[in-house]
Amino acid sequence: MAVFEKRRLWLAVLAALALAFPLLVTNGYYVHMMTISFIWMIAVYGLNLFAGYTGYLSLAHAGFFAIGAYTLGILTVKAGWPFWLAFAAACLLTTLIGVFVGLVALRTKEHFFAIYTLCVGYIIYLIIDKWDSLTGGVRGFIGIPAPADIGPLSFQTPVAQYYLVLCFLVAVIFTMYRLVYSLTGRTYIAIRNSEELALTLGISTMKNKLASFVLSVFFTSLAGALYASFIRFLGPDIAYVSVMFDFLTYLLVGGIGTLAGPVVGTLLITFLSQQLQFLQDYRMLIFGPVLTLLIIFYPHGIAGGVIRLKAKREEARRLDPEANRVAAELAVSSQGRGERHAEEG
Amino acid sequence: MELFIQQLLNGLTVGSVYSLVALGLTLVYGILHIPNFAHGALYMMGGYVTLMAMTKLGMPYGIAIVASMAAVGLLGVLMERLVFYPLRNAPPLHDKIAAIGILLFLEAFAQFVWGADYQTMPTPYGDVVTVFGFTLTIQRILIIASAVIIMILLYLFLKKTFIGASIIAMAQNREGANLVGINTNKVAMLTFFLSGSLAALAASLASPINLVFPGMGHLVILKAFVIIILGGMGSIPGAIVGGYILGFSESLGATYVSNDYKDIIAFAILVIILTVKPNGLFAKEGH
Repeated sequence: MAVFEKRRLWLAVLAALALAFPLLVTNGYYVHMMTISFIWMIAVYGLNLFAGYTGYLSLAHAGFFAIGAYTLGILTVKAGWPFWLAFAAACLLTTLIGVFVGLVALRTKEHFFAIYTLCVGYIIYLIIDKWDSLTGGVRGFIGIPAPADIGPLSFQTPVAQYYLVLCFLVAVIFTMYRLVYSLTGRTYIAIRNSEELALTLGISTMKNKLASFVLSVFFTSLAGALYASFIRFLGPDIAYVSVMFDFLTYLLVGGIGTLAGPVVGTLLITFLSQQLQFLQDYRMLIFGPVLTLLIIFYPHGIAGGVIRLKAKREEARRLDPEANRVAAELAVSSQGRGERHAEEG
Repeated sequence: MELFIQQLLNGLTVGSVYSLVALGLTLVYGILHIPNFAHGALYMMGGYVTLMAMTKLGMPYGIAIVASMAAVGLLGVLMERLVFYPLRNAPPLHDKIAAIGILLFLEAFAQFVWGADYQTMPTPYGDVVTVFGFTLTIQRILIIASAVIIMILLYLFLKKTFIGASIIAMAQNREGANLVGINTNKVAMLTFFLSGSLAALAASLASPINLVFPGMGHLVILKAFVIIILGGMGSIPGAIVGGYILGFSESLGATYVSNDYKDIIAFAILVIILTVKPNGLFAKEGH
């Protein structure tokens, strides 16, 4: 119970910090950076749900991110739809594509799944790059409107957009929290740990994997649509594998398969990238080896490492009285044996 | 008809390069069951090392290729020792992510050292000859001929020599190979060396026709994955046949369907194959 209370306190502090951030930091640039990293976090949560909790590495998520972003752009600029209708349609369309891709892709396993989704991602990239008349090709796509007003709420200023993105992020985290601690979440983890065993236990692995995949695609498309309305310029690069690898780095540094991981990893890496900005083109010289070393020596990431440390300490404390008792018993019995020896002598 | 045969020759050239890259990938997959996403980076490094050996050190084309094969082969060995060996007991997700890390590093490295520009590789074999009424450069003939020779040599090495047989033994059963006294560490290193050399050879042969740049390995590696799924993961004849199938379908597709979308053909083939047969063509049964 005390642990629960402590966690609540932490969450309250974090929420207050997030709410007060634009008031504390008046530098508009940092608010912009923070908003962008919130958008990445939403996408990384999508990836985390499927890679971290269900155990399948999907390399097509940058493609879904781009579909969400481009659909919003095309619907608002070319078709002239109202913003929020286009927003919903973008998420819906991407999710629908996710259903079809998932139905086929999830028949494959492990390496085949990774390679299959890598190729799907590449097809999405090539289509965006080559379909000049619809997407603007390599020249990019400009003129996407900022989020439209909802009643009295206006999202024209960067600070208002910060709060809008924060709302979506909190909703995503809350959904993930409820999901992970529910029976469904445990089912996903069972599939991750052993698909055969899960199947033997009567879990419909295909149905669960598909649900997890589709929800993860939905989160990613949400991030994509927010990205489009925030940056308001799109290039085919956002569908490229390098964006996918950025997501993976955020997830791994933070801790794959943990709730806090995407937040920790994304914040840390975006902050570090900021400091290493003079390296911009070459930052992979550092992040590439970091990713590799991390997976060899510290595969649980920061959040995963902290959880493990806590669990170990908890275990030690739980075992402690037990250990004392055993030690005492041993001492008594050896003493008894000693006495018997003495009698025999 | 003339156009058709010209395109077949094109397909033969492209297919030879694909086959060489896919062979390296399938060898490593057969031994360690790792889909080595960093293989495309080895290909790219091969292109650069040959180019630099020619322009900076003034080596002739042939010697530069040999030097590049040795250098990239060693890079492959280094990769196995430093990354894949420590991960041998880790979940399969980790190998893939580590390979992606290496890929990112090597690409950034190439861009850092040699710049992001597209560079052309000079070749002493740029002359055009006419064979049976069809014009093609000697470089293309060289690609096809050396690919075929290397494939035959590799086949003989694997089938007729003791060391080659130990590679096959390890691919069939790692513990079994270990039990009969095969040093599986050495075999794994050797396999990575072969894999890197093949990638370097393919890149050095193809670069005079294409160009050398940090991202040159992206499409090639993705297509090599398509090929080894087409030919069966770990199968050597499969990689060769798959490479030529893809080469032909691309060059014919570029002429008769659409040049813009020719790169999608490979992925479309893959998506169709995996849709119908989720474990790939020629999957081993009962596994």
